[in-house]
Order: sequence, then structure tokens, then C-alpha cells
Amino acid sequence: MAKNISLLIVDDEESVRDSLYNWFIEDGYDVACAENAKDALLMIEKKNYDIILADIKMPGMDGIEMHKRIKLLNKDSIVIIMTAFASVETAVQALKDGAYDYVTKPFDPDDLSHLIRNASSHIVLQAENEALKNKVVSLENIEDIIGNSQATIRVLKEVENVAQSSASVIITGESGTGKELIARAIHSNSPRKYFPMVSVHCGALSESLLESELFGHEKGAFTGAMFNRKGRFEMADGGTIFLDEIATISTKMQVELLRVLESKCFVRVGGHKEITSDFRVICATNRDLKKMVENGTFREDLYYRLNVVNILVPPLRERPDDIALLARHFIKKYCTSMSRDIISIDQAAQKRLEEYDFPGNVRELENMIERAIVVGNGKEIKLHDLPLARDLITRSYESLEDLEKKYVLEVLNKNDWNISKSARILKVDRVTLYNKIKKHGLSAANKP
Amino acid sequence: MATQKIVLRYNGHFEQSCLDKIVADIQREYKIPVELIECHSDISIFFDPARRQYDANKLLEFIDSNTGPYALKTIAIFRVDLYIPILTYIFGQAAYKGKSGIASVYRLKNEQYGLKPDEKLLHERLRKVVVHELGHTFGLIHCPNPECVMRSSTYVEDIDQKKLMLCRKCKNELALS
Repeated sequence: MAKNISLLIVDDEESVRDSLYNWFIEDGYDVACAENAKDALLMIEKKNYDIILADIKMPGMDGIEMHKRIKLLNKDSIVIIMTAFASVETAVQALKDGAYDYVTKPFDPDDLSHLIRNASSHIVLQAENEALKNKVVSLENIEDIIGNSQATIRVLKEVENVAQSSASVIITGESGTGKELIARAIHSNSPRKYFPMVSVHCGALSESLLESELFGHEKGAFTGAMFNRKGRFEMADGGTIFLDEIATISTKMQVELLRVLESKCFVRVGGHKEITSDFRVICATNRDLKKMVENGTFREDLYYRLNVVNILVPPLRERPDDIALLARHFIKKYCTSMSRDIISIDQAAQKRLEEYDFPGNVRELENMIERAIVVGNGKEIKLHDLPLARDLITRSYESLEDLEKKYVLEVLNKNDWNISKSARILKVDRVTLYNKIKKHGLSAANKP
Repeated sequence: MATQKIVLRYNGHFEQSCLDKIVADIQREYKIPVELIECHSDISIFFDPARRQYDANKLLEFIDSNTGPYALKTIAIFRVDLYIPILTYIFGQAAYKGKSGIASVYRLKNEQYGLKPDEKLLHERLRKVVVHELGHTFGLIHCPNPECVMRSSTYVEDIDQKKLMLCRKCKNELALS
């Protein structure tokens, strides 16, 4: 218990300091002493002490004043006031000001022991509580965000930094990079997590439909509006609204949106009553909004309103370290959903995945793995289970020689080493093809 | 060159059988020869009339400044009521990683707590306090093991709960020191 707990004794009497020092050092505490409040405060500025035992009556600054200043320096320190019988009233005042406890000098050894033990338990519990809280915050609902590359860690760090505030966020990234997952992670780790996160895919809705979706409508507002309907802004009250593909909204909607973001007030389509909603906005786009502002296709004022924090989700090709982890994650996910045993992925297939460009990003990888599990042998994902087996040129930072070798071999294998047919496909004459075979040392034995 | 010893000094009357047992306890736990010395030091100068107790800090300083050249450690036992300024009483006191320690039977007596005198129990308590305080001089801190003699004891029944020996962990630490 005493291990790692630091204790500072502040008393102007040397004998008291020495006695307490000896007493606590035998208990294994990390003990330091100060003979006045000034020295003690200097020491506390340099190092955090868990428990501070301070005499109430000291020349210069007294224990009560010192306690107030300690709380400004380190609010988590436990301050125990030592007092003579005559100054109990002052000690009670210290308790009202937030001191942990007080002891009347001289103390019963057992009382002192109990007091410090309780204070130590309090510190340990506080630390455990804090650790658990942090753990919960850092883990909550980000289990779908897979990756240990520097780029992914940077994005998660940004999520953690921004989650606690209510600032608007724009998540920029190519299609399929998991922008909505990032938005969910921000919401789940924010103080708004107990309220809904409402998603609107702006790109999928026409202008009028989007207006009705966002603001809601009153019965009879338009043909088919048979009932009153709450809009997404209303539904997101207390929580977060996620506007995906924000770059696709019309100029008219941009104006409407800006007005709502500024006032947090709106009227349902066909209604008159003003509705107030407290929501946080997170937007996502795969386009360069800044360029759109420069081109005049996106309103500058709305852009600055939304772009308080910008999180850039890098494409998968810029974080190849994540591919293996993601592949394993999707294998587990789909094998479990298909009630199959978890299968592995062979080395050639793994290598090929790591070389591939993934223009469709994580979504493409996910689909690829799902397909491979369906078409595969149920034991292992092989290179030929992937739609990349024939795609040689993507993202191979290899020499021209190596690429030529691979491609020639590929064509030969595909045509069962029929030289004439292969030469025709390669648009070279037979002699040239023979020379290439010789040059690269190819033979039918190279066939996979 | 003479062998280094642990010196056990006693002030006041102590039964020889009790002293012999303390010597045996120290030798068993610390594997160092013990020399028993009777003292007649005037300790009245350490008496605080306001508290009607003896200042253990000053007494310890006095013992520390009167250790012999061959005394690796010195432990002195008394029959008086000991205090340190901050505490109402203490059973014993030692200089952590130092050369000296003190202990007293005064607060170990059953009579102090309204119970029947029990000499055997009193001796056993004293033996435990002596071994405990010597442990501090060797750098041992309070042990969480409820049976270890190095467990902290703030009231007398606490002492009765522990055994008259160092636990394995404390023995290992002692060997390393």
C-alpha cells in the first residue's frame, strides 16, 4: 500500500518533522519534509505529493492558507491538517475548505496509522477510478476501427482530443476509408454519448427530400405528407448529427444549414413553430471542400462554420501496415457470421494484399475478404481466391525487369506455355519471346 | 580485529531468562553474535514533566552516541514510558538503516490496559519489539504479512498477532542488504 505514495510533512518544529519522518519511512512511504509553507509550496510546484501533513500554526503562512494554495497547484493532493487542541475550530474551517481530515497533536499511533492508511486507499482508488474511466473512454465503440499504423493511431488521437468538446468536425477521406466509423467514435466518446447520433447521407437525397429529412415536416406540407414528422436535427437533440457527403448539398441547402448551425433553431417544412435543438455537427466528405470554396461551389461561411476541426482519414494504400490486421478482422467477422471456423490467409495472398492499391479502400478489402471466404476452400484464403490474382501492376514499386519477368510468365502460364499464342498477346515475335524466357530464366516449372 | 556484534543494553531490572531469550531471538533472526550489557545511565534528563514521559528521540540519540566500536547495532531496553513529540506513546523506536534502537516494556504491560499481569506475555511482546526495531536498523520497512515480526503494531494486541520471526520476504531483503 505504502509503495509509490509520496508524503510531505510541513511543520516548523524539527522534532515533529523528524518523528513523523521516521515513523513514515518505516512504513515504506516516500517522505519529504519542509519547515515552512513557502518551502513546501516550492517543493509541491516541482513534485506532486499524494499526502501533505501540514501543521496549522506556522510562522509566515499558516496551514489553512497553505492548503488553499496547494489545492491550486494540485487539486488531487490529500491535505491533512495537524493541530493543537486549542486550534480545533480552525481545523474544522480547513475541513470546510476541502482538507481531507485533521489530527490533534499528539496523536495516538493507531489513529495516525489509520488516517494515513485511509488516505492511501483513497489515492489508490482514485487512481484506479481514473484509469478505468480513461480505459472506458479510449476503448468505447472503436473496436471496429482496426489498425496499428502511425496514421491510424494519429487519427484515433485526434478523435480522443476532439471528442470531449462540442466543436464541429469535418472528416475528410476517400470513399471507403471509414469516415462514419470515425464519426461514431467521436460521438461515443463525447459527453453526448447517451443521446442519439443521427446520420444523414446527403448525397442520396434530392434537395426537397433532404430538407424534409433534416427539418421534418407538418402534416399536409406536401403531397404524401400524411403525418407530422420529426426532422433529423430534432432527433439529434442532445446528441450528434452526422452529415455524410456534405459536399453534395445544393447552394440553397447550404444557406439553410448555415442558418440552423448558427441559431440551432428551425421550422419544420410546412410548419410555423420554431424548434430548438442542441446538436453537434460532424460532416464527412471525400472532396476537397477548400477547393470547392475557391471554385465557388461551396459557401465559404458554411465551410468555416463546419471546419472547426478537420480529421483526415488516410487511404488504405498510405497505411499498408493496417492491411494484415484488417484482413484478419474481416476474416473473423465473416467466418463468424457464416458460422464457419476462422480460416487463415496464405502468405502469397497476404503479400498480394499488401502490395495492392485499394482504390476502394477498407470497404474494398472487406468485400474482397467476404468474397474469398465464400469462394475459397474453407481452410485458407489463397491468392486465386482474391480478385487481385491477375492484377500485377498495381502498387508494385518493382523494377521494370521484375515486372517484365512477372508479366511474361503470367502470359505464358495463362496460355499453357504456347509460345506463338503468348507472343501474339505480348505483341512480340517468337524469337523475342524466347530471348525474354532465356533472359529471365523462365520455365514451365515457374508455374504457380 | 574483534568480531562485530549486536549490543543489547538493558536499563533497570529485567529477568535473566527474558534477556537470554532476547539474545537468542536476535542471534536466530540476524545471525550475528549478541553482547549483553547492563547499564545504569541516568536517563532522567530525557524526562518531560509536562507529558510525564521520556523523549524517545533524545534517548535514541543518547544511545546512538554511546555505542562501542565493535557494536554493529545497539538496542537498548527500558522500563519507562516513551513518547515522540507527535505521538502519545511508542513501544520502541529505531534509526532507519542506522546503528541504534530502543524499546520499552512500559506500554506492553497488561496492567496498562486494565488486564491481569502476564509476565510470559510481556516478555514475548518485548522480544518482538526488540527484533522489530533491530529490523529497521537493518533497513527493513513495515511488512504487510500479518505474521511477520516487521508488521506495524500500533496497539498492544497487534503485537500478539504476529510471530517472533521475520517472514521469508523480509529475510530475503535482509540477506540482500
